[in-house]
Amino acid sequence: MLEVKNLHKVYDGHGRRVTAVGDLTFSVPEGQFACVVGPSGCGKTTLLRVLAGLLPATSGEVLVQRTPVTAPPPGLAVVFQEYGRSLFPWLRVRENVELPLKAQGMARSDRGALAAEALAAVGLSDAHGAYPWQLSGGMQQRVAIARAIAYQPRVLLMDEPFAAVDAQTRADLEDLVRSVWQRFGVTLLFVTHDIDEAVYLGQRVIVLSASPTTVAQDLTIDLPAERDQLTTRSDARFTELRGQVYAQIQKVKAPA
Amino acid sequence: MRLVSRVLLLIGLPVVLLATWWFGSAGSEDFYRPSLSSIMDAFVRTWTWDMFVQQVFPSLWRLLVGYVIAVALGVALGGLIGTYRSVRSLLEPVLEFLRAFPPPVLVPAAILLSGIGDRTKILVIVFGCVWPVLLNTIEGVRGRDEVLSDTCRSYGITGTLRLRHLVLRAASPQIMTGARQALPLAIILMVISEMMAANDGLGFTVLQFQRGFQIPEMWSGVLLLGVIGIVLSLLFRLAERSLLGWYHGQRAGQREW
Amino acid sequence: MVAVAARTSRVTGRRFRSVTLGALGLFGFALALEIAPRVGVVPIDFAPPTSQILVSLGELVGEASFWTALVDTLRTWALGLCIALVAGVVIGVLLGSLPFVRAATATTIEFLRPIPSVALIPLVIVLYGPTVKSTLVLVVYAAFWQVLIQVVHGVADVDPVARDTALAFRLSPWARVRYVVWPTSLPYVITGFRLAASVALILTITGELVIGSPGIGKEIDNAQQSNAVRTVYALIVVTGILGVLANLLTRFVERRVLSWHPSTRGEEVTPA
Ligand SMILES: Nc1ncnc2c1ncn2[C@@H]1O[C@H](COP(=O)(O)OP(=O)(O)O)[C@@H](O)[C@H]1O
Ligand SMILES: [Mg+2]
Repeated sequence: MLEVKNLHKVYDGHGRRVTAVGDLTFSVPEGQFACVVGPSGCGKTTLLRVLAGLLPATSGEVLVQRTPVTAPPPGLAVVFQEYGRSLFPWLRVRENVELPLKAQGMARSDRGALAAEALAAVGLSDAHGAYPWQLSGGMQQRVAIARAIAYQPRVLLMDEPFAAVDAQTRADLEDLVRSVWQRFGVTLLFVTHDIDEAVYLGQRVIVLSASPTTVAQDLTIDLPAERDQLTTRSDARFTELRGQVYAQIQKVKAPA
Repeated sequence: MRLVSRVLLLIGLPVVLLATWWFGSAGSEDFYRPSLSSIMDAFVRTWTWDMFVQQVFPSLWRLLVGYVIAVALGVALGGLIGTYRSVRSLLEPVLEFLRAFPPPVLVPAAILLSGIGDRTKILVIVFGCVWPVLLNTIEGVRGRDEVLSDTCRSYGITGTLRLRHLVLRAASPQIMTGARQALPLAIILMVISEMMAANDGLGFTVLQFQRGFQIPEMWSGVLLLGVIGIVLSLLFRLAERSLLGWYHGQRAGQREW
Repeated sequence: MVAVAARTSRVTGRRFRSVTLGALGLFGFALALEIAPRVGVVPIDFAPPTSQILVSLGELVGEASFWTALVDTLRTWALGLCIALVAGVVIGVLLGSLPFVRAATATTIEFLRPIPSVALIPLVIVLYGPTVKSTLVLVVYAAFWQVLIQVVHGVADVDPVARDTALAFRLSPWARVRYVVWPTSLPYVITGFRLAASVALILTITGELVIGSPGIGKEIDNAQQSNAVRTVYALIVVTGILGVLANLLTRFVERRVLSWHPSTRGEEVTPA
């Protein structure tokens, strides 16, 4: 469960003041899959970093599991936009997945079982002994996701995780994220700049305006829970919802 | 056929050079440039096991102790200084100044301070070798990827686990660069501290040969020093390969794109 | 002063802070070295306080022999560095551009490079005695490898497309070196120059100390032999200042030569 109340964030440094987030208020109930869309540079990463406790808010408040965030909250995992750089190049895939569990003081055998399960869930059972840099971009992203799953978070934040992979891999990974969410029942906040992706994935799409960032639209996606790249994307309702989000984004891009 | 030419390429020139030396110097009358065969004779005669125990191992021991302390100290201090910006600002000019000293001048100062025992030589090696390690470690710690730092914070990776898996590992290529730069320095300091202030050790022995006009023995000592330099650099490369396998693999992969 | 600081932006504020801290660090360092011998942390007879070292430094500066020694040291250093630089660049470009020669010399270089230059000390003593020539051999030997390795890397770094383009336009070998190989290798040459400059200074002082060729190093040895402790330290400080100046000089050259260069290359991993 996530709450964002009047979040305002200004970057101030190097002789430059940038208002990254103007005034954001929304909340995501337990177990929901929410997508955040907005044009590049509108402050999506900033929002996520504040939620993850990696960045202090200038004003306003964010709560994760009803607790105000002042430091990285327990039970919250992040999949970073720069997934390749978020993996430890000197650790093998399995060790990468296990490291957070080791930090929790989990026993070796439990760690191994969890890591194996998570890697199987993302279809990477064979790659556990490889180094991340021996894998393709899509596979690296799966490792990052497996690490997040193995951490058994209540809340999962994903920052444009598929922005840098090819179209086919992207479709596969989208379905993977849906299945992970359904299977593990986490609260998922998924940031993207891709309207199609947001509508296809989420139960709800939050459209952000260009800066100073506010919530421009909050849309419930009433597509069936079982989704499929072919049928869902050709569904009339999908097209209609996508059109709504698209129109909204055009509007916020060119304010009257 | 390919194999033969490769082997020829690898060993051809060294063989030619050695042969030139061997035959060029055969029957040499020049007192200071003895024939290679007499140098080899002297080598076998001089560097017996006893000699190793008495002269070579003490040198290598001091080298090892000094070098290890220097690297450990450099990494520890570098990690500390690299982590805190104000500590860095405070110490950077001092470090720049200390680093600029040509390390051999430490030898006379160290002799004044602590005589000509083992401690002096180890002190000299530590003080001379710590800077490349220290400064490179600072760079490495500063330059680590902030996405990885964020990952550690998000996933609760703290304390010694963070130190081991993030701070030191991320800086390890730079640490190794520093250690690599420090190794020849350590050898230089070992040899000249023994030449200037010792009654045992390799540098001392070789210089004794020179002073006693035992020229073939002196040449054999020079050869031995050369061999030690080569062996140490090979050992270093082995260590580096196993420690930095991930790093070279990653860079090789990036170059392919 | 305060008003000025308040008006400037945060960046300069931070800069100001770090400069102040740095000056504070230097001052604290000098102070510690002043106090430590006085309170007996180190024996005052063998580690004189900063003020006394500075006094002897002042005396030294008044002596003609000091300046002669300084000039000797600088001359050996500069000469050795120049020889190493020219030899390293010429041989490096040759090796780098001729794959066969490079392959044939690889093993030899691998074996010669790690031979510690100080191993040559007894040799040069018997061959040339306590002369500048002896020290020069050490300096050139040590500095040469630094340059050579960098230049070979630099030549190998030439973009194959650029090389092919040059070949396709039938540029002469000289023109290829001038317009393709040289610009690519220049940053590496500069790195080699920087590393060589500091190694050359180390070996210059070493040679003077151990072999006894004229220069600051020899003066240090003389002072130590005659137990002129403060003079020893004053001369050591001089070598430190030389080192700082050498660093400043190489950085200046680096900035001048590479100002036009697109790559602001970071420190390459240098097999020293
Ligand atoms: N560390 C930072 N310092 C200063 N400005 C920043 C920093 N990070 C991001 N910004 C600025 O804040 C705005 C929002 O950035 P970001 O949250 O990364 O956007 P998005 O992820 O939506 O593309 C941009 O204008 C960006 O330039
Ligand atoms: Mg972003």
